[in-house]
Amino acid sequence: MSGDWPYRLREHRGTLLAFAAFMVMFAIYAANHPAGLNANVATTAANKGVLLAIVAMAQTLVVLTSGIDLSVGMVMVLANCLASGIVVGSPLMTALGVAGVLLTGCVCGAINGLIVIYGRLQPIVTTIATGSVYYGLALALRRVPGGDINAGLADALTGQLPGGVPASLALLLALVLIVWLPWRRAAIGRAAYALGSSETAAYMSGVPIRRAQFVAYMLAGLLASVAGLFVTCITYSGEASAANGSTYTLYSIAAVVLGGVSLFGGSGSAVGAIFGALMFRTIGDLLFVFNLDPLWQPLFQGVVLAAAVCLGSVRLLQVRNRLELYG
Amino acid sequence: MSLFLMQGISKRYGGVRALQDAQLAIEAGRIHAVLGENGAGKSTLIKIMAGVVTPDEGVMLLDGKPVSFASPAAANDAGIVCIFQELSLIPDLSVADNIAISNPPRRFGLIDRRAQRRMAEEALARAGAEDIHPLALVKDLSLSRRQMVEIAKALARKPRILILDEATSALTAADVTKIYAVLKRLRAEGLALLYISHRMHEITELADECTVFCNGRSVASYAAGTKTDNEVVELMIGREYSGVFPARTARAASTATARLELRRLCWTDKLDDISLQLHAGEVIGLGGLDGQGQRELLLALFGVLRGTSGEVLVDGKPVNITGPSVAKRAEIGMALIPEDRKTEGLMLPMSVRENLSFAALGRLSRWGIVDAAAERDAVARIVRLLAVRTDGTELAAGSLSGGNQQKLVIGKWLMMAPRIILLNDPTRGIDVGTKQEIYTLLRELAEAGAAILFYSTDYDELVGCCDRVLVMYDGAIKRELVGAQITERALISSALNIDADTRQAAAA
Amino acid sequence: MGRPSGAEANTLTALRSRIDPAIAAAFGCIVLLLLLGSLYSSSFLSPQYLLQQLKVASFLGVIATGAMIVILLGQIDLSVPWVVAVGGMMATAATGWGPLGQALAIPVGVACGVALGLVSGFGVAFLRLPSMIVTLAVNAIAQGLMVVHTGGFSPQDSSSPAMRFIATGHSLFGIPNALLVWAAVGGAAVFLLTRTTFGRTVYAIGNRERAAYLSGARTRGVVMAAFAIAGGLSAFGGVLLAGYASKAAQAMGDPYLLPAIAAVVLGGTAILGGRGSYLGTVAGVILITLLQSILSVMQMEEFGRHVIYGVVIIAMLLVYGRGRRHSD
Repeated sequence: MSGDWPYRLREHRGTLLAFAAFMVMFAIYAANHPAGLNANVATTAANKGVLLAIVAMAQTLVVLTSGIDLSVGMVMVLANCLASGIVVGSPLMTALGVAGVLLTGCVCGAINGLIVIYGRLQPIVTTIATGSVYYGLALALRRVPGGDINAGLADALTGQLPGGVPASLALLLALVLIVWLPWRRAAIGRAAYALGSSETAAYMSGVPIRRAQFVAYMLAGLLASVAGLFVTCITYSGEASAANGSTYTLYSIAAVVLGGVSLFGGSGSAVGAIFGALMFRTIGDLLFVFNLDPLWQPLFQGVVLAAAVCLGSVRLLQVRNRLELYG
Repeated sequence: MSLFLMQGISKRYGGVRALQDAQLAIEAGRIHAVLGENGAGKSTLIKIMAGVVTPDEGVMLLDGKPVSFASPAAANDAGIVCIFQELSLIPDLSVADNIAISNPPRRFGLIDRRAQRRMAEEALARAGAEDIHPLALVKDLSLSRRQMVEIAKALARKPRILILDEATSALTAADVTKIYAVLKRLRAEGLALLYISHRMHEITELADECTVFCNGRSVASYAAGTKTDNEVVELMIGREYSGVFPARTARAASTATARLELRRLCWTDKLDDISLQLHAGEVIGLGGLDGQGQRELLLALFGVLRGTSGEVLVDGKPVNITGPSVAKRAEIGMALIPEDRKTEGLMLPMSVRENLSFAALGRLSRWGIVDAAAERDAVARIVRLLAVRTDGTELAAGSLSGGNQQKLVIGKWLMMAPRIILLNDPTRGIDVGTKQEIYTLLRELAEAGAAILFYSTDYDELVGCCDRVLVMYDGAIKRELVGAQITERALISSALNIDADTRQAAAA
Repeated sequence: MGRPSGAEANTLTALRSRIDPAIAAAFGCIVLLLLLGSLYSSSFLSPQYLLQQLKVASFLGVIATGAMIVILLGQIDLSVPWVVAVGGMMATAATGWGPLGQALAIPVGVACGVALGLVSGFGVAFLRLPSMIVTLAVNAIAQGLMVVHTGGFSPQDSSSPAMRFIATGHSLFGIPNALLVWAAVGGAAVFLLTRTTFGRTVYAIGNRERAAYLSGARTRGVVMAAFAIAGGLSAFGGVLLAGYASKAAQAMGDPYLLPAIAAVVLGGTAILGGRGSYLGTVAGVILITLLQSILSVMQMEEFGRHVIYGVVIIAMLLVYGRGRRHSD
């Protein structure tokens, strides 16, 4: 099937671009890092990057269905607060605690999905409101920052594997293999793409739209709770920080766009979003590496985000019929 | 025994009777054509057959046994597959994904890509579209190719009865010929085909039997070829069919400066070196097979296309039209009635008044503030002039019928008193009564001094309305027919002769 | 059967559409909340308290006006948090530039917001980028600029007397100035949306941009202007807030983004654009403000406030904000 390559390239164009861009940025970062790229530096960087990458994966699932999930950050915060309370003690207790956290994420996602599907409300307003509810619940669990987490679990996830490879990357890989790939290759994942690409055509083709939407939102909640668990592993505590939650929500949207996923739905991949997230994190760290005043970091991050986003308008140059620009 | 029988089928939507006591008999191995105006009940009929809606009364018999379908999936299981007019393809997915969308082959719970690809290749071959790569994304394919994929998708479900609703409207000439062959082959294989089309030549080419619908009733069923076109149209509109086109006044060739002149207009590979002259008071038609650049030419004139080369002159002065807002300025005075009234011509949720006044809003306002009284008067005048059937002007435009919606689009531009009027297939999907009104209107506008250029897929329109017809092929104007030269035969043969010429040239 | 004549038919249609169920529901909920509040505290229904509520609502109201215009277009403005901050911080900074600066404090703040809005508008109108991401980027840039400007610390400049006057003063029978300001902004917005070609084009673009473009409307200019107005109004809200608190603060705009969007949507404006009236936004703003104050009057813990806030929004939208089914 030698004639296939042009088509496969076309299908994964966004992801490949994101990958290439990330590689370039990481190369610059690694080459210029004052301490050199040793295992500890890599692990710290990886932990921060993986955290955003997981939230970006969650956002991708929903964005593919042409929705948006503005509650992912708050689910993450809720999971963080919950984990700091129940993921402690003996290995059995810890395992049950983890299960509880993940279940909570699923429930949150499911609620989002049910309201969007059966309430027929727009995702943007739905998730704004549910995000507020989830944050309230987080606050109820942790009015002040505190708590703990099973040290063994935390070290395992945030430490290093033999060979100096950050364990968080292994976690990320596991999530891709266990959650993303099976979903994408299953009929339910394809149904989500169909829904995002053209809801009317999907309906007319008998695609299970409702189920696809429900599963997408639920899995997004699940992944957000994994991210929350990971936060607890990093900070060893739970904190109901609204600023954190909304920051991660908005950053996840940026990561998703940088990763080549279309905000209109129907095209893109979580793998691309992962590279988008890693890229976004690396940008922030580039300043540190080049010894620039940290005061300029937010501005730098904003300008780079704007520039990357503008790249999306390059396709404008190719458009010959202006009607294509107007929906 | 008929393969499929519909008897006494009735369906009401609120107070409107869409179908009343409809009858239809479909035989295996035959092509059955269904004709009728819009609103005659054809689409309701096929929706009932395809399981999209359920009938209020009547029976459907498949192989002599009564059946009912609760959903399209149920109809598919019974072997009835419908290809609707609006394509049901997912743009961002591949051809193979689309063909196998509803029931993909699976392995270990995941989609079996290799089996799916084989399934797609088989279906594409059966539809005569072997040249389409199964991994191509549907959004990268032309409209004609997409229609072929749609047909392949229907065939992949192994239907016993295949329903085609205006399935050839988007196809290029080459693909249309392919589809005729495919349909005839399917017929020979024993499939029953139900074919809905407005094009008489297609019906003549393909159909074995015909049924005519009028006002929700099946008024006649007959073997193809046993009625003349006139008789058929009379059945369709339920009244005497007389020449519907307003008389043309004999015109001497104008020596005045052309209202609109094109010199060597080119655009990508769709428009090739087009030159033409349009005088005030003229109605010029664009003919030729569908997809030869006629629509693009109109868009190019209106400034919607980028990267055009060549000159455009209005009243002898060169102009640079960069977009619709420039084209509608008084010095140029252009108007375009676009292809799709629902998505390009109107804002359906907005009121009749707001839609009608939208293009002329600048003239109805001062310093950016809309003069409500002037707007009301102008709107009332246009509604009267065009006899738009509506319940007041504050109704949403979406609640009007297709013909009246098209009148709104035309009326919107009439408010600008345009000097050059471009129309993109203005009477497609409109009932015969409104069509006649539009023809008369066009003639009146021309008499009043406007220059009219319009593209139509209907030969009768081109023959009846135009002073000149420019036949296009492959983005260029290949032949000009003037006055009495414009006949259906001349139009068809010009479009096809070109084919023959190029084939001969290629063979040489 | 005699069909009503054109004029009669118009009146009927107008009457039917005027009683927009969304707005009616919103005002109904306001009444409900007032009654509920009066159960907790007898002074809830007192004129002073109500006026105070309206004053607080005015800040949100000004910001929500800008949000509404953008939402009517079918877009969204996520740059509110930091454009509000820019407005407040730049206005207070200008105050520190001598007497001329003091006099021009308010226009300077608003102008900065307009400039940022123009950037967003350019990205959406000319580069055809999704507004969600463009305004996110502008928000990040605005934040970056303010961090550099203040050196990371809390801004020390104080507001000009004019700013304090319009935000905290009273005139005209004791009506708070902020409320008068909101009324003026609202009146201008209503006029803009209902009586001008700009407003008509905004609704048209929100309904079907392609048709608006093909009708020769200057869609790009209108989109840019809409975002510029929204930016200006967000910044003006920041100016008012800075006037109220006598100075600006880091992240002062953060608490206003989601309530602004919620207020617009609760007022019956379709989130996808093309439909909505300003009266609804007014109702939505008052509703959100009352909800927040009832929750504090009830002395509910902070967590409860967030939960109830979210639940109420969902509940209200389920009542009247639902979309259509596919089979419709």
